[in-house]
Amino acid sequence: MIELDINGTKRSVDAEADTPLLYVLRDHLAMNGAKFGCGLGQCGACTVMVDGEAVFSCMTPVSVLAGRKIRTIEGLGTVEQPGALQRAFIDEQAAQCGYCIAGMIMRAQALLEKNSSPSDAEIRRHMMPNLCRCGTHMRIVKAVRRAAQTMRAEADKPKSAGQT
Amino acid sequence: MSIKVVRALSVSRRRFLAAGGSLVIGFSLSPKALFAQGSPAATKLPGSLNTTPMIDSWIRLGADGSITVLTGKAELGQGVRTALIQIAAEQLFVQPGKIQLITADTRRTPDEGYTAGSNSMKDSGTAIMNAAAQVREILIARAAVRLGLFADKLKAEDGAVIVSDGRRIAFGDLVGGELTRVRAESQIKLKDPASYTVVGHSMQRVDIPAKVTGGAAYVQDLRLPGMVHARVVRPPAYGAQLRELQSASVEKMPGVLKVVHDGSYVAVVAEREFEAIRAMRALAAAARWDERALLPEPSELFDYLTRLPYDSFIDADNHATAAGVTKTVEANYRRPYQMHGAIGPSCAVGLYKDDSLTVWTHSQGVYPLRKSIAEMLKVPEDRVQCIHLEGAGCYGHNGADDAGADAALIARAFPGRPVRVQWMREQEHLWEPYGPAMMTAAKASLDGGGNIVDWEYEVTSNTHSTRPGGAGNLMPAWHLATPFTPPQPKPIPLPEGGGDRNAIPYYKIPSVRVVHRFVPSMPIRVSALRALGAYANVFSIESFMDELALAGRTDPVEFRLRHLEDPRAREVVTLAASRFGWTSYAPEKGRGRGFAFARYKNLGAYLAVALEVDVDRETGKVRVVRAVATVDSGQAVNPDGIRNQVEGGVLQSISWTLLEAVSFDKKSITSADWSQYPILRFPELPDTVEVHVVDRPGQPFLGTGEAAQGPTAAAIANAVAAASNVRIRELPLDRKRVKVALGV
Repeated sequence: MIELDINGTKRSVDAEADTPLLYVLRDHLAMNGAKFGCGLGQCGACTVMVDGEAVFSCMTPVSVLAGRKIRTIEGLGTVEQPGALQRAFIDEQAAQCGYCIAGMIMRAQALLEKNSSPSDAEIRRHMMPNLCRCGTHMRIVKAVRRAAQTMRAEADKPKSAGQT
Repeated sequence: MSIKVVRALSVSRRRFLAAGGSLVIGFSLSPKALFAQGSPAATKLPGSLNTTPMIDSWIRLGADGSITVLTGKAELGQGVRTALIQIAAEQLFVQPGKIQLITADTRRTPDEGYTAGSNSMKDSGTAIMNAAAQVREILIARAAVRLGLFADKLKAEDGAVIVSDGRRIAFGDLVGGELTRVRAESQIKLKDPASYTVVGHSMQRVDIPAKVTGGAAYVQDLRLPGMVHARVVRPPAYGAQLRELQSASVEKMPGVLKVVHDGSYVAVVAEREFEAIRAMRALAAAARWDERALLPEPSELFDYLTRLPYDSFIDADNHATAAGVTKTVEANYRRPYQMHGAIGPSCAVGLYKDDSLTVWTHSQGVYPLRKSIAEMLKVPEDRVQCIHLEGAGCYGHNGADDAGADAALIARAFPGRPVRVQWMREQEHLWEPYGPAMMTAAKASLDGGGNIVDWEYEVTSNTHSTRPGGAGNLMPAWHLATPFTPPQPKPIPLPEGGGDRNAIPYYKIPSVRVVHRFVPSMPIRVSALRALGAYANVFSIESFMDELALAGRTDPVEFRLRHLEDPRAREVVTLAASRFGWTSYAPEKGRGRGFAFARYKNLGAYLAVALEVDVDRETGKVRVVRAVATVDSGQAVNPDGIRNQVEGGVLQSISWTLLEAVSFDKKSITSADWSQYPILRFPELPDTVEVHVVDRPGQPFLGTGEAAQGPTAAAIANAVAAASNVRIRELPLDRKRVKVALGV
């Protein structure tokens, strides 16, 4: 058994040490967010965060993840209460087929947690590992920019304003 | 069953799937039965009502006020689900959120063939618009009878029929008997487009919230109770035969439940997904194949295609001896094999139980797939149900149907439990049917005033559809011990066209001859890729228009307008030029502008694009700096959806045009993954892409999805020519080709 910290919850998983995190998330834990795209670290559809960094879950064996904080798109919010990036992707209608989008959002989340006001060039450079085939790129960049604004506005609010 | 999609569709789907996928609603699909009863010769009905004329095949009302709309089309990421809901809501006078939409399912929805060719709005949108209007009129008529009033005193409003004195009967209270079990009328009263409140207004897509929050949105996310996982082992190349397979050790691997082996078809079933992958790798290592070198020498591909036997089709010929010719220009253009390249490899789930098979699939055509699977398994069609669930964007005939066939074969070999099979990345890259390589030859003459007086054009191409059809179109069926073989390919006739889609110029030219050289023999597996032949034909024609404009010393936009009569074509051209700032454009060094226009299939959406490129002479790298597109898709249903599709079409075409060609050697395809088939990445994006929608309230739906591919390709080539004085006539315009052309 391997114990994993996923979105702040401890999960015990019975998987071989070399099993990539992607299959543990999707198959053992029935989570849909991370997608199988290539299994080669070339497309980013499987992107999740580990200790604040965007990683390819298809290339990351669970054996290296004990004690590390894993975050997936399920941890950012829900349909009823979407997180800032999720909200921005809905507002910008930044999806066509949407298969790449969960990976896009997780890579963008890793950027915005380090850099709250990235330039367009920084966003584009940071998003390079992730592929979109429908051609939604322009909207994805806009959504990341919009989310950055929202997150900055949230951060600027005085604590007493009663953030939830 | 854990699928949970957005609210608008989750209820019906959950209820349906909870019943084990076997809920059958009796309703009329066959127009034959009606004709057999001696109906008068049918007048042509609008859209797909013409093939499925019973209203209750499209719309059902529940006594609880529920409204279910059924379509034979599928959501492919193009936003059709939302647009169809908007259309129904508008004609029924209800909020879009009240409508549940059921998409392609062989036991529930009309048979609308394939979701392809930018035809969904024209076929299904038109049918649903008219069916919904007829349902509304039926409800009003019934309310009139109940109230003892003339129908013209009543109107529909927010899910009810109302009288001016305030009386109101909810739709649900009017339901009963076989209210909508009637045949569609050919002339139904449609709402005045000027009063539209839903159609023509941007609506957020109903499928996006689930997609951005980790909801179950795709067939890849389907988890049925007791489901197991399968992987296939494909041959190393086309035509390779399995000589030997020692599978005993694989059968003992952890989690492995079964090895399926039938001729050269090999698959493995395991409890866990990664166990199936481990076992697949072990099986692949244990398999011994006989391979043959069947492919042409890549450097001689176009000569090879030229030498193959062909059938000539004369698409247009009013060829006459042109008078006053002062200049004649000739040019040849080429397009390589290109890939659909879905980001999510193809996937399907199959369940074989009680001699019946259910396949959950992202196929574009559930009815044709059902027929093909039934033939492959040698079972009656009514024992097979195919249900569409979304996959990753497909952009045409990719591995979806083949994955459905895999699920069918493996599920039959492992009955009783649902089997989920997903392809690996290299399987998707190597085995999908590509967009065909094509060659075109153009020749035209100008008179002294710079007008085109003569046009000759020839396009050479394989077929653009090897869709199922039948079992022989399913690739896994080729590998069985008793194999099925692909049927003789046929060209898709005009006006849709395949290799000759958009081969006839949309310009006013007095003498035109267009020939389609159809090459039946296919050295590499090909089929429908978004826009089909229109991508290469529009690239060719619109590149050639610029070459002619240059020969006639005319501005390219002015040259096009001079030959365009259709006012709607002229409007998108003029608008794109003005939004781009065509007349005031002053390039920086290394930059140039390009323009192109086409009306998709010469009968669909009008689209013009103006763009600017930067050509780096050192590296040969071309980047589109900014692009402006204008589109007239007829009545716009969801304007933001149209913009999203056109933006996507422009960007996808930038990727195809600058980067993409399937590579191969004499034995096998070598574009096995994204490293060997690079596509557009974020740093290569334009700075801006603008899309302007020209709405035409009340006009027929023209579709949008494939309109941008061809014009974008030509506009890029034209801009590169403007920036560098070098005309490149072979795709892609990648670094290597550009450097060679620039002589650096």
